[in-house]
Amino acid sequence: MQNLVEIRDLKVEATTDSGRRVEIIKGVNLDIAPGEIVALIGESGSGKTTIALTLLGYARAGCRISGGNVRIAGKDMVTLSERDRAAIRGTEVAYVPQSAAAAFNPAKRIIDQVIEVTRIHRLMPAHEARQKAIGLFRALSLPNPETIGSRYPHQVSGGQLQRLSAAMALISDPKLVIFDEPTTALDVTTQIEVLRAFKSVMKKGGISGIYVSHDLAVVAQIADRIVVLRNGEVQEIGTTADILTRAQHPYTRALLAAFEPQPRGGEILVKDRKVLLEVKDLVAGYGAKHRDGLPLIRAVDEVSLSVEKGRNLGIIGESGCGKSTLARAIAGILPASSGTIIFENRELPSAVRQRSRDQLREMQIVFQYADTALNPEKSIEEILGRPLTFYHGMRGKQREARVGQLLDMVHLPNSLRHRRPQELSGGQKQRVNFARALAAEPKLIICDEITSALDTVVAAAIIDLLKELQRELLLSYIFISHDLSVVEAVCDEIVVMYGGRKVEEITPAHLQAPQHPYSKLLFSSVPKLDPGWLDALELDPELVRSYSKS
Amino acid sequence: MSAYVLNLITVRLLIAALTLLIVSFAVFFATAMLPGDTATILLGQAATPEAVAGLRNAMHLDQPAFLRFLHWLSGLMSGDLGTSYVNNVAVADLIGGRFVNTMRLAGITALFSVPLALTLGITAAMFRGSLYDRLVTILTIGVISIPEFMVATLAVLIFSVYLKWLPALSFANDVTSVWQLLKVYAMPVISLTFVVAAQMIRMTRAAVIDTINTPYVETALLKGASRPRMVLRHALPNAIGPIVNAVALSLSYLVGGVIIVETIFNYPGIAKLMVDGVATRDLPLIQSCAMIFCVGYLSLITLADIIAILANPRLR
Repeated sequence: MQNLVEIRDLKVEATTDSGRRVEIIKGVNLDIAPGEIVALIGESGSGKTTIALTLLGYARAGCRISGGNVRIAGKDMVTLSERDRAAIRGTEVAYVPQSAAAAFNPAKRIIDQVIEVTRIHRLMPAHEARQKAIGLFRALSLPNPETIGSRYPHQVSGGQLQRLSAAMALISDPKLVIFDEPTTALDVTTQIEVLRAFKSVMKKGGISGIYVSHDLAVVAQIADRIVVLRNGEVQEIGTTADILTRAQHPYTRALLAAFEPQPRGGEILVKDRKVLLEVKDLVAGYGAKHRDGLPLIRAVDEVSLSVEKGRNLGIIGESGCGKSTLARAIAGILPASSGTIIFENRELPSAVRQRSRDQLREMQIVFQYADTALNPEKSIEEILGRPLTFYHGMRGKQREARVGQLLDMVHLPNSLRHRRPQELSGGQKQRVNFARALAAEPKLIICDEITSALDTVVAAAIIDLLKELQRELLLSYIFISHDLSVVEAVCDEIVVMYGGRKVEEITPAHLQAPQHPYSKLLFSSVPKLDPGWLDALELDPELVRSYSKS
Repeated sequence: MSAYVLNLITVRLLIAALTLLIVSFAVFFATAMLPGDTATILLGQAATPEAVAGLRNAMHLDQPAFLRFLHWLSGLMSGDLGTSYVNNVAVADLIGGRFVNTMRLAGITALFSVPLALTLGITAAMFRGSLYDRLVTILTIGVISIPEFMVATLAVLIFSVYLKWLPALSFANDVTSVWQLLKVYAMPVISLTFVVAAQMIRMTRAAVIDTINTPYVETALLKGASRPRMVLRHALPNAIGPIVNAVALSLSYLVGGVIIVETIFNYPGIAKLMVDGVATRDLPLIQSCAMIFCVGYLSLITLADIIAILANPRLR
């Protein structure tokens, strides 16, 4: 059988800010048969999106294809003229972007953008295209297929927008569709519907696909073959089943291992169980205050929880459930409107300004994006030295020595102390971010999605570090995440939140299964490393509908 | 959602009205603080103290400043701009014809410069990095750097003195044919276009380039759209807000700041009238002119804000 796509010895060059040329794709070979879906897997910077975009004859600003061929149905996208490439884009090869929310023009109606391809390439009359779009909306199980197109992008949800962007790609009956991390920005319960919709449409049309992702479990559900990439080179190519069960390359094995972190189990650090933090009926939110002092929008609504010394509490929920607001309210950054926070048997003032320096010291918070949490103008030494001076009055030699110890604790070489944050990798930055919290010598650290912006392998290393430091320093964590497997790996108790409320508390060590319908839905929606998982999964449609945001 | 937009626009208008009130306060007291006593100046050095006191009384100059302010403000509200101190003519009559002249010059310049600036700005953004883009950029930066009196003087020197094509002075009143109109307005309009267009070109280019770098424009490219389509259909609608603001800012300059050009071409506009008013210490005239400039500026900026609100489907 003739291959639809033949990539031979593809090389892409990037020009750095200093004008130096770096090869970011170093000779990649890849074939895709008609009707086949191939996944490109790798961490950020591995070149997976860059390779996918070359199939459209496109390289992002600062990059250029420097060698090799990318043949699609015999035509080489590398040597074609820009005009000929434009003729192929959208008609034969179509693109589904990572963030549909950003890829839709906010100033234009959805339907006009969906059928724009037919207008650009003069494929069919507008009314015909509109009918076809409505058919696609229906096939992608979008609500109100007849009218959803007349809305503007901001008027539909993220999951719907992602399916609409698939409709935009499929309107011209392309031979090849490129999916660029299309479900990464979605919540797990939404991800399932979107994946199912993609899969059925692709199968029905016999369309070839490239599926770019960092998530092996998601890819396992949809791809026939998996290509593992690292630093612009192919590490391993194999059928999905082979990669999942008989991985040859050590890097692939590391990826697989990172995917299933060791559950925490019933490790007991402190014998006598003492309550460290107790939160009672906490209400916090945004907007104007009512007469009773409660905010207009209650992001956190009467949540109670407790953390014991040496034990960890996980807070899990989908975007917008109020988990970050809860963290900010406990830390006092966003003062709670009502409810009490008791730390070591003493009630804390709700606002950070009213807390004593020692109260501040004992409870630290680590934010999701180390990039924005670390001052880019300061060296690592200054960043770590500041809390040492502020909380412990350390100066000079003593402070210098302590910075060295802190770097050692988070497994960073001492030589990094004079660098600035932008000279560090994402994982290193997050370690510095964490070391800054450790500098205060806290009893409780609130971790707000600290692994979400990191690659799987890097995130797994951070999780191991957290556990190790806990054993050494007898810390407690409040660990906030949308990722169930990460929370399970760290936490003794798990609080499930939905719509600002705590719906259930689970203790995994007691093998306690979730009881609340939303927790059940959430837990069962997390993809498994099993190619048959999605097809076998049966969710109660009634349940899904009642908890999906329209 | 339209109730929300209506609300937004109402708030904008209220803010504009409030700003105007504050400005009127500032204008009145700033002019009142000018050194020297108006009555003494009007009557000359030889006037008797009784005569000065009598005039002060007649002009309400002996009242507290705040009362005079209220008196003046209520006059403005009812359309009474006051009477000139110098020649006892109603300020409204003094300004009337001049104001029309200024608006005519501003209007012609706007008609000429806005389409020119938008076309150059958008096309420069469309072909960013090309020779054309660099040429436009170099020229606009050059034009920004040259002061307007220089442009105007050079224009007079070249077109009137050496080539003798155009009249050096612009008497706006004796225009009888279109050809004459063109000849009279050519030099002031070109000089002013130099000043206002450069800013608009730079801002338009920057605004369009900002939106070209967004994922939705990349998506359009990957759908096979041509460059003009990407820019005109996808980038431009999202750049309207900043562009309209840049245009309004540049045009507001035409309402009040054209004094240099008016002086060089001896054009009978309102800016020149105001400067004359300062020379003769004609407070009602100065105050009225300042208020007119302020109203012009505020209405342009508010209009730009409203257009930006209406152009945003998220607010509509």
